[in-house]
Amino acid sequence: MNYIPHTEEQTRQMLEAIGVSSIDELFDGIKPELRPKSFNIPQSLSEQEVISRLSRIAQKNIVSLKNFLGAGFYDHYIPAAVDMMAGRSEFYTAYTPYQAECSQGWLQAIYEYQSMICQLTGMDCANSSLYDGGTAIYEAAMMAIRATGRTKIIMDSGLNMIYRTMLYTYMSNLNIEFVETPVIHGQSCREEIFRYLDEKTAAVVTQNPNFFGAVDDHSDIAQKAHSVGALSIISVYPVSLGMLKTPAEMGADIATGEGQSLGMPLSFGGPYLGFIACKQALTRKMPGRIVGAGTDREGRRGFVLTLQAREQHIRRERATSNICSNEALCALRAGIYLSLLGKTGMEELARLNYDKCEYAKDCVEKIPGLKVKRSSPTFNEFTIALPRNADVVVEKMIDKGFAPGFPLGKFYKGMNNYLLVAVTEKRTKEDIEQFVQALEKVL
Amino acid sequence: MNIPEGLLYTREHEWVKIESDMATIGITDYAQFSLGDITFVQLPAPGADIQKSSVIATVESVKAASDVYAPLSGKVARINEEIVANPEIVNQSPYEKAWFAVIKTRDLSEKQGLLDQYEYKKYLDELNA
Repeated sequence: MNYIPHTEEQTRQMLEAIGVSSIDELFDGIKPELRPKSFNIPQSLSEQEVISRLSRIAQKNIVSLKNFLGAGFYDHYIPAAVDMMAGRSEFYTAYTPYQAECSQGWLQAIYEYQSMICQLTGMDCANSSLYDGGTAIYEAAMMAIRATGRTKIIMDSGLNMIYRTMLYTYMSNLNIEFVETPVIHGQSCREEIFRYLDEKTAAVVTQNPNFFGAVDDHSDIAQKAHSVGALSIISVYPVSLGMLKTPAEMGADIATGEGQSLGMPLSFGGPYLGFIACKQALTRKMPGRIVGAGTDREGRRGFVLTLQAREQHIRRERATSNICSNEALCALRAGIYLSLLGKTGMEELARLNYDKCEYAKDCVEKIPGLKVKRSSPTFNEFTIALPRNADVVVEKMIDKGFAPGFPLGKFYKGMNNYLLVAVTEKRTKEDIEQFVQALEKVL
Repeated sequence: MNIPEGLLYTREHEWVKIESDMATIGITDYAQFSLGDITFVQLPAPGADIQKSSVIATVESVKAASDVYAPLSGKVARINEEIVANPEIVNQSPYEKAWFAVIKTRDLSEKQGLLDQYEYKKYLDELNA
């Protein structure tokens, strides 16, 4: 097949078919002054020249920084087996299984992924993945709106700012009332949530650990939401579930989260993985598809797309969601990652993240003039108050080879001196000590 | 295809049985047959106010979710919980056991435009011609 889309002859035939004599005539509707003078495309280069130019540009990226940056995406170790297995061509080259029942291997992989998300969150069913953690929140909110017939969403401002922005963007043309409630000393402000909670509320959305890394028990919020017929949506950081209360244990109706930390490398903008899981009663309100296991007439185990009747390719206009997409390859990575770690592995991983972070807190706190916020317990991420602007500190730390954290002033007013620091299992004792030394020097 | 007499039909394959101002609604034998194995039925809330031609129920088969439209306007007086618990009844007994809802009608003149047994049969023949 020729890569040139059409020949001069074909162009002539097409122009003739629509009754114009030239390409210029085709664009007559656009005023000449509005047409581009040139496309500013440089002369063509050889492959070798292109590679050399692009690598020069790529080298400007600093990739060797010791990473203490989290804020929703975390630098976890990815076992080599994840790449090996997810890279197998049977999976890697396949598109989402529309010829579903032919793709038994894929379906089984997705089934296992769903089952593991259910085990991790404690919920009854999980779909076969979404774009990212923010989309998952949006879908959860829409589920609550459909299930309750109500239009008010109460959001804890401890919910990642990116998720909140996505919610506002996706819902900006829908008639939905948003209430954002403050975080006080790292924790969701009950008083404010309960003040706004009423018979018009579809859901209360919280995050645990929240954006500041603070751990909280949202059981009382879920209970209070239920008492007025609203749902509880909790966004969770999956690694933390190795030691924290699950959303199900807190009484959540829908659990969501970003699955990047389950075997997805950090990259600028993804691809990442949204997960969503819910109680049995809400299954049909959930977007996307669910893979189920069954037996054929000869008693052999097989996998089928059991819940896809409300999907966009079947029910375009009335589909549960039109932005829901299967992130199958990322879900596969999460499935492989979780199966490699297993239940005890996840517990150990969570413990390691927690302990290293606590160690870092203790070390950082010894720096004069710096304060570690300790009003709540945290999981692998904590806030420090610096004696000067956090942006300046971040820049100086980059020069010293560290990505030291997320300056909270970017998302929160009046927090220009605050830095959010994350410590994963990948940071060694030595890394942490070097980090503390560097921080002390730049302050 | 079973098309009982005494009922009225829509072109969207609902049937209606009108007794004074009460209208019992279901889906036809043709509809259940076309959908295949029905796995789920979602019914309106009792007391809900219904406009003619609006969606009153959703029927899910293995690979489709289809809407059921109200043939007449009114208030939902009763719904058939049994088909929610056992959706296969819709396949087995579309006209007797598998009624969806009873509506207290608001305007019986709306039944003009609904099809009788013969007109519906003719309509199906045209569809399948």
